[in-house]
Amino acid sequence: MAAPMLRGCCLGRCWALACIDSGSRHGRGAATGFTSSGKRGQSFVAQQPLLTAQKSRKGEHKWAAVVGLEIHAQIASNSKLFSGSQVHFAAPPNSLVSFFDASLPGTLPVLNRRCVEAAVMTGLALNCHINKKSLFDRKHYFYADLPAGYQITQQRLPIAVNGSLAYSVCVGKKWRQVITKTVRIKQIQLEQDSGKSLHDELRSQTLIDLNRAEGQLRVDANISVHHPGEPLGVRTEVKNLNSARFLARAIDYEIQRQINELENGCEILNETRSFDYKLGCTVPMRDKEGKQDYRFMPEPNLPPLLLYDTASLPAGADPQQVINIDRIREQLPELPSETREKLIQQYGILPEHSFALLNEVGLLEFFQNVIKETRAEPKKVTSWVLNIFLGFLKQRNLAVNESPVTPSVLAELLNLLDRKVISSAAAKQVFEELWRSKGKTPSQIVSEKKLELMQDEEALERVCHTVMEGHPQVVMDMKRGNPRAINKLIGLVRKVTHNRADPTVIKEILEKQLSS
Amino acid sequence: MWARAVLLGHRSWMGRHRGFTSKTDPQGSGRVTAEVIEHLERLALVDFGSQEAVARLEKAIAFADRLRAVDTDGVEPMESVLEDRCLYLRSDNVVEGNCVEELLQNAHRVVEEYFVAPPGNISLPKQDEQQPFSHN
Repeated sequence: MAAPMLRGCCLGRCWALACIDSGSRHGRGAATGFTSSGKRGQSFVAQQPLLTAQKSRKGEHKWAAVVGLEIHAQIASNSKLFSGSQVHFAAPPNSLVSFFDASLPGTLPVLNRRCVEAAVMTGLALNCHINKKSLFDRKHYFYADLPAGYQITQQRLPIAVNGSLAYSVCVGKKWRQVITKTVRIKQIQLEQDSGKSLHDELRSQTLIDLNRAEGQLRVDANISVHHPGEPLGVRTEVKNLNSARFLARAIDYEIQRQINELENGCEILNETRSFDYKLGCTVPMRDKEGKQDYRFMPEPNLPPLLLYDTASLPAGADPQQVINIDRIREQLPELPSETREKLIQQYGILPEHSFALLNEVGLLEFFQNVIKETRAEPKKVTSWVLNIFLGFLKQRNLAVNESPVTPSVLAELLNLLDRKVISSAAAKQVFEELWRSKGKTPSQIVSEKKLELMQDEEALERVCHTVMEGHPQVVMDMKRGNPRAINKLIGLVRKVTHNRADPTVIKEILEKQLSS
Repeated sequence: MWARAVLLGHRSWMGRHRGFTSKTDPQGSGRVTAEVIEHLERLALVDFGSQEAVARLEKAIAFADRLRAVDTDGVEPMESVLEDRCLYLRSDNVVEGNCVEELLQNAHRVVEEYFVAPPGNISLPKQDEQQPFSHN
């Protein structure tokens, strides 16, 4: 009980169904609905759900969906938010529970300094305004895993507010295009977590473990729809969402469900729903009791939480008892946005690629190690790492640190390519071989498979000439300007040379010979 | 004594305070409606078993209402009698826990080392199923 949690609220607007108006695309496609400009912050864009090809009965009315996410993240600390018992996953039931965690009368909450620092760090990383004074409240409800009958949270005045987070999203055909979007963070608050319930249907009982340290990220989604320009609609809360993929599906489903209900003249109930993974739909939760009244009240046992900065730090204060926001800001590690900016500046890579490099664990390090050891251009390295290397990883469901190809090996391969020892196509062949057989170097594979580019330009010219003579019809097509004709010739030449000629060079020679 | 203090606290920032809502009738005759009683009973799991109990509640509210005689326009509500105190920050060390046997001694029923509770929330009997008594 009382494992420390950080709760963040994101508000985003999602116009996922802007194309429901007549005449526009139906069916599956990427979501391109964006918020109109002028509003602070932008959409959280969900992928386009499968639309039924059905015109809205209300004519051209567009729908806008509003999605708010409540994210529960456990703080990495040794002890709990309000007690000194250990935070550890998979411990025997109730073994990490103190008298306070069990809500025994007479016990009091004592705030963990590390948790406050973590909250401030998170707030700073998410561009929030840190409230120098924040308050704790009690949120009351009855459930077996909440022995006190209330949860200590920060409802009125949380520790951080008004932040934002930039992220990248794939849109367009086949999600090729990557764009940057921003979501608003409404607030970040510290709160207790409840215990864990194990439902035993057979014996009609619930087993309660008050340890509560699962180290997970949990998300609840609040969803409503409305017509643009009109007031917001009634929202539903969807719980039981464990992964990003299901989150998107659940939200899509719920948006569509609400639209269908409203278009059929029904009302949306302000209720809590659960996502059924198997059926792919949201269902009302069993214990729904209408709107909950949590009877919020100030937590009488905790004074306001005061934070300071260097300017306002009281003189002679015990350093253990004060938190300096400026000091915490200095200790922040380099944030992803900073890293991305550096990558763009230093290597000239595109913003969307910078996101991709940071999104995979270990990929950035891999990339930087390759860059160190190769003379190939950063753009080339980026392309190879993000497309070919990452592609291989994903196909085989491997993490970067499980890759059989090390940065040095890839660097060596790229050097061969850069020196024009091998062609691009040959390089890909070598890469495949490297992935399969460990221990061989790129150079070894190149010589084994005789993949070196032909260096003798005269010999190549002779081959081109011969091929052209052998295929007069194709040459005629080429003269007529058929673009495919030249590719055919290139293919033939490559065959003859066993792929040892660079297609670009072949093309040049063919064109030169044609014009002479 | 404690219950009255809580009611006082609740009422004093009821109308003015941001964020919190209240279901009692702010300007009424002091009667608390049957609907509100039922709502309170469900929320707080108390049983206003008799008309006397409801009357006592109404008297307590009337007593607290006397705070309205004070003009608090432009005055920030006090959130806590501790607001001048420093909030003590504890170091992040493990110093307690590991007392499962002691804790389970309090439990009516245990299974292995879990507390045992009834399944889900037991819903209160509905209004008409309860022992009826007149609210007026």
